[in-house]
Amino acid sequence: MTQKEMASDEDIANGAHGLADAPERRRLHISPLNQRRLHNFKKNKRGVWSLWIFLILFFISLFAEFIANDKPLVVSFEGGFYFPVFAAYPETAFGGDFPTEADYRDPFVQELIEKEGGWVLWPPIHYSYQTINLDPPTPAPSPPSSENWLGTDDQSRDVLARLIYGFRISVLFGLTLTIFSTFVGVAAGAVQGYFGGWVDLLFQRFIEIWTSIPQLYLIIIIAAVIEPNFWILLFILLLFSWVALVGVVRAEFLRARNFEYVMAARAMGVGNTKIMVRHLLPNAMVATLTFIPFILNGSITTLTSLDFLGFGLPPGSPSLGELLKQGKDNLQAPWLGVTAFMTIAVMLSLLVFVGEAVRDAFDPRKN
Amino acid sequence: MTGDLILDVSDLKVHFPVRMGSGLRPNTVPLKAVDGISFVLHAGETLGIVGESGCGKSTLGRAILSLVRPTSGHIAWLGEELTHMEKRALRDKRKDLQLVFQDPLASLNPRMTIGEIIAEPLRSFSPERTSADRGRMVRDMMSRVGLSPQMTNRYPHEFSGGQCQRISIARAMILAPRLVVLDEPVSALDVSIQAQIINLLKDLQADYGLSYIFISHDLSVVRHMCDRVLIMYLGQVVEQAPVHTLFERPAHPYTINLIQAVPIPDPVKERAKQGPVLMGDPPSPLDPPSGCRFHPRCLRAEATCKTRAPVLETVGTGHEAACFRWRESL
Repeated sequence: MTQKEMASDEDIANGAHGLADAPERRRLHISPLNQRRLHNFKKNKRGVWSLWIFLILFFISLFAEFIANDKPLVVSFEGGFYFPVFAAYPETAFGGDFPTEADYRDPFVQELIEKEGGWVLWPPIHYSYQTINLDPPTPAPSPPSSENWLGTDDQSRDVLARLIYGFRISVLFGLTLTIFSTFVGVAAGAVQGYFGGWVDLLFQRFIEIWTSIPQLYLIIIIAAVIEPNFWILLFILLLFSWVALVGVVRAEFLRARNFEYVMAARAMGVGNTKIMVRHLLPNAMVATLTFIPFILNGSITTLTSLDFLGFGLPPGSPSLGELLKQGKDNLQAPWLGVTAFMTIAVMLSLLVFVGEAVRDAFDPRKN
Repeated sequence: MTGDLILDVSDLKVHFPVRMGSGLRPNTVPLKAVDGISFVLHAGETLGIVGESGCGKSTLGRAILSLVRPTSGHIAWLGEELTHMEKRALRDKRKDLQLVFQDPLASLNPRMTIGEIIAEPLRSFSPERTSADRGRMVRDMMSRVGLSPQMTNRYPHEFSGGQCQRISIARAMILAPRLVVLDEPVSALDVSIQAQIINLLKDLQADYGLSYIFISHDLSVVRHMCDRVLIMYLGQVVEQAPVHTLFERPAHPYTINLIQAVPIPDPVKERAKQGPVLMGDPPSPLDPPSGCRFHPRCLRAEATCKTRAPVLETVGTGHEAACFRWRESL
């Protein structure tokens, strides 16, 4: 019997339906495993609701300038339309005296506009994060009122406006830090696990020493020397946050590097980088994805604590940690502390619920 | 049948350090997986490497492909030394040297389609080819090994063991190598599928003029497949001979035992089988016996076997055995 004849009886059964379903495979490419994971995630109602609430809040906060701003969205003046949110107009444009940008909250400017039959369309909150309420009902911090829905802080700034901007910057900072630490952590873990031996030994000892440094103190010292902005702070925190993922990724690579298909790839002359990316990284992705929501949580918490201590974002920036600090300093104004606490608690809980749902969805023992 | 000398392995040793004991100063003992093996291979030839589990067959195969670094010895591929070759130069040689593993499913990445798997060597060695060109070569190779070319977009777990082994073979063959190390390519398969794969391998050898190093513990497959056979015991060669000589006039008592152990597919004959039966397990390669390594299990062992190690002696044409008393076998 020739080889072809012998091969045929084994292949006929599979070959026949292989013809039928082969072309459509590529289009909707969700493997059954991922379908099951998606299904598991959707089954966790708490996780799905948390994800949606968080996404909606985050999406809204991305448009903070259109929700809380001391500049109107649209101004109609003498037949022309002005968009102060996007462009700066001098007061002289509306018939005022100063060549500086118009202060639309100034009753004088408002009068100028309305005198000519113009109108002003404001965002729902007439304050930006740094707008000072010059006419508070009580000395700052003043309690919630129809003007300041969540009251004002000790510098007479609107708490709700600062909250919206602060939430946005916290989440954006957390996301950026998470992305960077994931990249660095995965790369470091991959190199350690793949090469093993001395590379691994030395790298692990380095990480042990590195993580035993009291991070917060070091960050405080660095922040005291160089005035941190968003990116400098990100860099400083990245110095310590990248180690979070190294352990799991290293373990996955150590396990998988002796798989036969990895050895086969090496025998075929595939380069180390390609082997790591193409053959080994997919094995480590589950562990990595499971960790990401929790790293995001940790990043936000770290930023909040630094802001609370006064070593975080530059003074004046809207930040949840700074609001928390004001709450601590002004116990007679509970709306500050309660607002900050509730926001942080809700945000972190939502993220933890999402993280738990992701973790359970990837758990191979669940079905 | 055989042509020019293509591979010359001399005194190859692969030792793995194994930590024994505990405490502050654990002592390291070498595990001599391959301990002084020499052989040659000609173009178009199939060399069988036979031995029990753990005797170092697979390590030898991997050392030849430079997947594990030899401790000492030489591997000359077409006259060029592989053991000390620079990484970049070695990568070039990999085009000619390929490997097929024992476990067909484990050697295929479960997250790649078989089209990607078979194309991977092409992508790594000839990146200048267009993807359409690669696709055509992959489909040609798939039909050559008896797989339907329509199945390129499927994943390995959708295939049977025999089909997975065909995929492995297609991947090894797509670069048109000159030597393929087959590491127990059929031991994980059913007997009927074994025959198909063996025939496929023989067809490919005839078409491409390949050489094979066929690692196996199944003598009946070796007899069908190989031109020459190397019998290994605890990291050393105990006998090497052309396949017919080996089966008709085995010289080493270990070989005799192995051949004796091959089952006869007839219960009456199988029960009536006489002769020595191999007792016990092979000793630990961490602590090999003194003298001839086979002496604790050998029926012919005498005092000298415990103290002196036999070397390979010429028994006949192309036939060598490492036994003091080989003459008694013939």
